[in-house]
Amino acid sequence: MTALGLAGAVVQPVLIVAGAPVLVGVMRQVRARLEGRAGPGIRQPWRDLRKLFGKERIAPRGTSEVFRVAPLVLVATTLVITVVAPFVTVASVLNPVADLFVVVALLAVGAVALALAGLDTGTAFGGMGASREVTILALVEPTLLVAILALSARVGSTNLGDVVSSMVREPSRVISPVSLLAAVALVIATVAENGRIPVDNPSTHLELTMVHEAMVLEYAGPDLALVELASAMRLSVFLGLLANLFVPWGIATTATPAALLAGVLALVLKVGVLGAALAAAEVFLAKLRLFRVPELLAGSFLLSLLAVAASYFLA
Amino acid sequence: MTETVYVQLLDLTCGALLLTAVLILWRRDLSVIVRVFALQGAALTALVAVLAAHERSGELWVIAAGVLALRAGLLPYLLRRTLAAAGEPQREARPLVNVAASLLAAAVLTFLAHAVSRPLVTLAPSPAAQAIPIAVTVVLIGFFVLVTRRHAVSQVVGFLLMDNGITALGLLTTTGVGLVVEVGVSLDVLLAVLVLQILAVRIRETFGDTDLDDLRELRD
Repeated sequence: MTALGLAGAVVQPVLIVAGAPVLVGVMRQVRARLEGRAGPGIRQPWRDLRKLFGKERIAPRGTSEVFRVAPLVLVATTLVITVVAPFVTVASVLNPVADLFVVVALLAVGAVALALAGLDTGTAFGGMGASREVTILALVEPTLLVAILALSARVGSTNLGDVVSSMVREPSRVISPVSLLAAVALVIATVAENGRIPVDNPSTHLELTMVHEAMVLEYAGPDLALVELASAMRLSVFLGLLANLFVPWGIATTATPAALLAGVLALVLKVGVLGAALAAAEVFLAKLRLFRVPELLAGSFLLSLLAVAASYFLA
Repeated sequence: MTETVYVQLLDLTCGALLLTAVLILWRRDLSVIVRVFALQGAALTALVAVLAAHERSGELWVIAAGVLALRAGLLPYLLRRTLAAAGEPQREARPLVNVAASLLAAAVLTFLAHAVSRPLVTLAPSPAAQAIPIAVTVVLIGFFVLVTRRHAVSQVVGFLLMDNGITALGLLTTTGVGLVVEVGVSLDVLLAVLVLQILAVRIRETFGDTDLDDLRELRD
């Protein structure tokens, strides 16, 4: 446990919890402007959350503990990732937990908890959303694991901090076939896992096509606020990992205040740019038919597999 | 050019070659497929140029210019003309093996390529030799496209993909198989595409489509 790891463990969760809804606000605002609307402003997600947190807790009749616990599990797993994974600093307070497999498994635990909650309500929408979410999850998880494995194979360690710090030391690794193939695969996996266009539409509510929104349809009040906050945090976590795995510059490698400040600014800048680019790309894309989604995900899996093959054979 | 820059550029161009081959397998829109094929021609040109700069060989530069003119210019132009003659935008609507399965098949083919080219790589382990599996993968993916697609134009693209792979393989193993051989092969490919183009036009004039499965109905 180093000073750098401790500093990261304090700064990262605060930054991501505070910044994730702002990121969602920025993305909505970019979309609104490109579509010719005024947009609600980037603080709207925080206003929504404050309103929802102020309401009374209410759960549908017939739901069990699973429904009540799921939002907490979702937020807790995401918080653990924000504490340990390399976002602002390369060191981690719990080094074994900053492992590729642990991080991907934690993300999966949160998604599965929410899918179970969707099933627990017993409504048609909840079950349908859960089944679709699990289908997509089953196709995305291998891509995530294999793509990051391709990056870690060159380092010889699956610890995310080690992967990122080796990228910082050897910038020539950033432009290689392994990185390019893995980057494309991870972008597609990020889009699919966070329910963005073209896999899912985050702004629909009463359509038969929705995936994520269908699962959380029965939530209200503080529980809904937790779910929304957690999904915003997951988006930030994915974009932050994506940014640091492929463009690691600016991340703090020493425990000085200046380095930490630079790390925070670099993360905000990188994630902001990535989020804005994602939102801008969404304006030009149409949602895929659900039956075409496996095709897209099979393609991303193939790219990640090619990245692994390239990391072993071209090195 | 220093050795590390050379290796990086070589790997990058080989990666682009592989990525375009996968994209051809992935996309259904025939005009997009032809455009990606032109990109692959450009990637192949870059590969030859990198080799030429490393070997300081004038002959390789001539080959690079030839590859650019033929594979990124002339052949995509001919394919585009065949498509434009058909009028409405065409799609590879239902390949024999669906797209998700063919992408997974491509993954298997990649490992097959790595397995069979192992002896070649160990024979003379240079950076160029280590990229041989990628060229073999492109050949196998091209063959896969050739046998699983129904549309005449995508079958021609599959054939050309194979040829791109074979050219890359020749260059990577021997750094140039000689200008005469290269020119001969290129003319051969050009002739094949011209003949196939005329054939495709004839098929469409007779049957109104270039879906080769319709030809089964010729039997009585």
